[in-house]
Amino acid sequence: MVDGGRPVSSEIVRNVPTGPLRKGPTGIEPARIVAGQPGGAQGQVVLDGDTARIDARHIYYKTLNEQIREQIEAGARTVILDNVNGQRYIGAGLTGEGVTLVVNGVPGNDLATFMDGPTVIVNDNAQDGIGNTMNSGLVVVNGDAGDVLGYGMRGGRLYVRGDVGYRVGIHMKAYQDRRPVIVAGGRARDFFGEYMAGGELILLGLGESEDAIVGSYVGTGMHGGVIFLRGAVEEHQLGKEVAVTTPDAADTARLGEFVGDFCRVMGFDAAKVLSAPFAKLFPFSSRPYGKLYAY
Amino acid sequence: MAELTFVRPEFRVRIDRETCIKCGRCVHQCGWSVYHLDDDGRPIPDHAKCAACHRCVTFCPTDSITIEKNPLAYKESDSMSAAHRKAIWRQAETGGVLLTGMGNDKPYLRIFDHLLLDACQVTNPSIDPLREPMELRTFLGRKPDHIEVAMGRNGDGPTLLTELDPQLTLETPIMFGGMSFGSVSLNVHRALAMAAKESGTFMNTGEGGLHPDLEPYQDHIIVQCASGRFGVHADYLQAGAAVEIKIGQGAKPGIGGHLPGEKIDEQVSTTRMIPQGTDALSPAPHHDIYSIEDLRQLIYAIKEATHYKPVSVKIAAVHNVAAIASGVVRAGADIVYIDGFRGGTGAAPTVIRDNVGIPIEIAIAVVDQRLRDEGIRNRASIVAAGGIRSSADVAKAIALGADACGIGTPALVALGCHVCQKCHTGSCSWGITTQRPELTRRLDPEWGAERVSNLVRAWSHEVAEILGALGVNAIESLRGSRERLRSLGLDESTARILGVKPAGVGH
Repeated sequence: MVDGGRPVSSEIVRNVPTGPLRKGPTGIEPARIVAGQPGGAQGQVVLDGDTARIDARHIYYKTLNEQIREQIEAGARTVILDNVNGQRYIGAGLTGEGVTLVVNGVPGNDLATFMDGPTVIVNDNAQDGIGNTMNSGLVVVNGDAGDVLGYGMRGGRLYVRGDVGYRVGIHMKAYQDRRPVIVAGGRARDFFGEYMAGGELILLGLGESEDAIVGSYVGTGMHGGVIFLRGAVEEHQLGKEVAVTTPDAADTARLGEFVGDFCRVMGFDAAKVLSAPFAKLFPFSSRPYGKLYAY
Repeated sequence: MAELTFVRPEFRVRIDRETCIKCGRCVHQCGWSVYHLDDDGRPIPDHAKCAACHRCVTFCPTDSITIEKNPLAYKESDSMSAAHRKAIWRQAETGGVLLTGMGNDKPYLRIFDHLLLDACQVTNPSIDPLREPMELRTFLGRKPDHIEVAMGRNGDGPTLLTELDPQLTLETPIMFGGMSFGSVSLNVHRALAMAAKESGTFMNTGEGGLHPDLEPYQDHIIVQCASGRFGVHADYLQAGAAVEIKIGQGAKPGIGGHLPGEKIDEQVSTTRMIPQGTDALSPAPHHDIYSIEDLRQLIYAIKEATHYKPVSVKIAAVHNVAAIASGVVRAGADIVYIDGFRGGTGAAPTVIRDNVGIPIEIAIAVVDQRLRDEGIRNRASIVAAGGIRSSADVAKAIALGADACGIGTPALVALGCHVCQKCHTGSCSWGITTQRPELTRRLDPEWGAERVSNLVRAWSHEVAEILGALGVNAIESLRGSRERLRSLGLDESTARILGVKPAGVGH
């Protein structure tokens, strides 16, 4: 992004106080090289009932995440982050139902990683690694999102309004009442649902585009869960462990539930979205490598 | 009719019929179903099933059983050995990848056995560890580049101003390597957790989650986060004293893990958080880590999720280990856990176990040297594992540059493992690498904890003896002190890579 012909980022870098020798674990190293406190700058907090609003402009990620946790521990149910610009790990390891983070701006990688319960709403695009190993909760991205979304995700929902990148939904898994769901309104790249072991991966392919709805190697090594694509997929795009069929009545009901909820959150017309044909992808076996070995 | 196999039994089970009292204990004890009783109540062995694990031998009340190597002669060939022929026959019969357990058993050069420790004579006298304090306490974690100290006034002592990174405190430079619940039984986990607490060290969950029974020991547990992310969640990360990201394993570098569905019983399913009976597939790489930058991202994600606990990164010793370790340290790891090519495994393709990776001795030396050369040795501790068999190996590993050693196989041997290398079958008669309840209950966790604690205590005494002989009174004084090692019978290039002079050369 360019502002007046000058990259905005370098301005921020200059403004990060590297300060005198940091009294901390990493000694004399520049703070931007070794993660730690680059300075005491905290985001301005405005409290309104159980809502806390934090101005994240120029705030180092570690400080910002500490402030978020502090506000939640102090009783905030909603934390609104303004001017977010690439800060990583927002919501990482956050637990507890009924807590909502609203991110205004583009959050950095690993948003909601290891998260267990809260809701995160991003009113912009988002980057890579959202919902990494997430246990439960809801992440809504009102834009496009990057690569490696929902890696090893065990529960909760991740809704992306637009396109998603490569390696989305790898090794998603279900356990008991936890069934992770990822719904993306747009298109996805290669390795969608690789090694998938459980849960639901739904790609809607809405909007006009020259691109295929999904890239290659879909569901390679898949041994659980289901992928629904709103559109056709060619044989050459699929991993060899994956079978394609038309959704049956039970699948359609399930789709209606997940897509219906997604459309409600995104403000789409669910009936219209669901009127197009879907393809259902599922694994041939829950033991794809059972016959590989000699004992 | 059983299908014809060319692979003849490896062992012969010989029962002394004169002393056998037909008690049937061998039938009951054998996890491999070697024995059945004939109409006269005599145990009849099926030699082909015997793993030479000695369970029956140990529990036979009249010492009537012995196991022998099958003396069956093969036409000699140094090239196409009997082992090669048998492997080919098994694969011709099954078309499968050969699996095995434990560590590499091939006769590669054992470098530890070619290294000799120094001792004091006449000058610079040796120290008697029985009468003088000997410091084995080891701190693992990032050390500061420098420290600032405020000198006290009015007789106050100096105060440390530098805020130190969190450290793991080990009372002895020995910890337990990662072994998952699933590959080993819950009683093994219980025994190791208790032993870790008793010995003032750490056990490692491996990639199988943390059973609730281990909660009382969580200050002595390192929790692992591997590519399958089994049982990994926010509370799990918080539960451990530290978190280990498993990138690789010495027995199978570059290979993922396939825990077969048969081993996923109710308990394993609970800690791994996956349905019963499905395969637990750990992908070969973490698919969110394709670069050092990605590794850094996961390290700091874990730190953010745990309020900045130490993060260990476990890598296999491979050809480029020094550069990889440098990257791992720069990525922010507090501990680099290096697993050599002799390290054990619950299951690995034999071809990988026996042919991939490099010895831990060389890996320690090149990693320590590389980190020193780059001026970042203080940023992470090195834990050496995969081929440690004795306290001598521990001392030599530390002299080569390790901060501490990880042991897996020796701890299991203390629990009764006889290194029969059949861990992958899930039928371990000693109740160690199995989930069958009638077998797992054979291992009493408290009995096991005492044996493992005894082992750690004995090795610690021996390390103290070695330090005393070297004339130093702290393990720190031996760390990276290759001058106290000499090589015997190593080729020149290996000795040079190790940074060790040949025996006979003085200081």
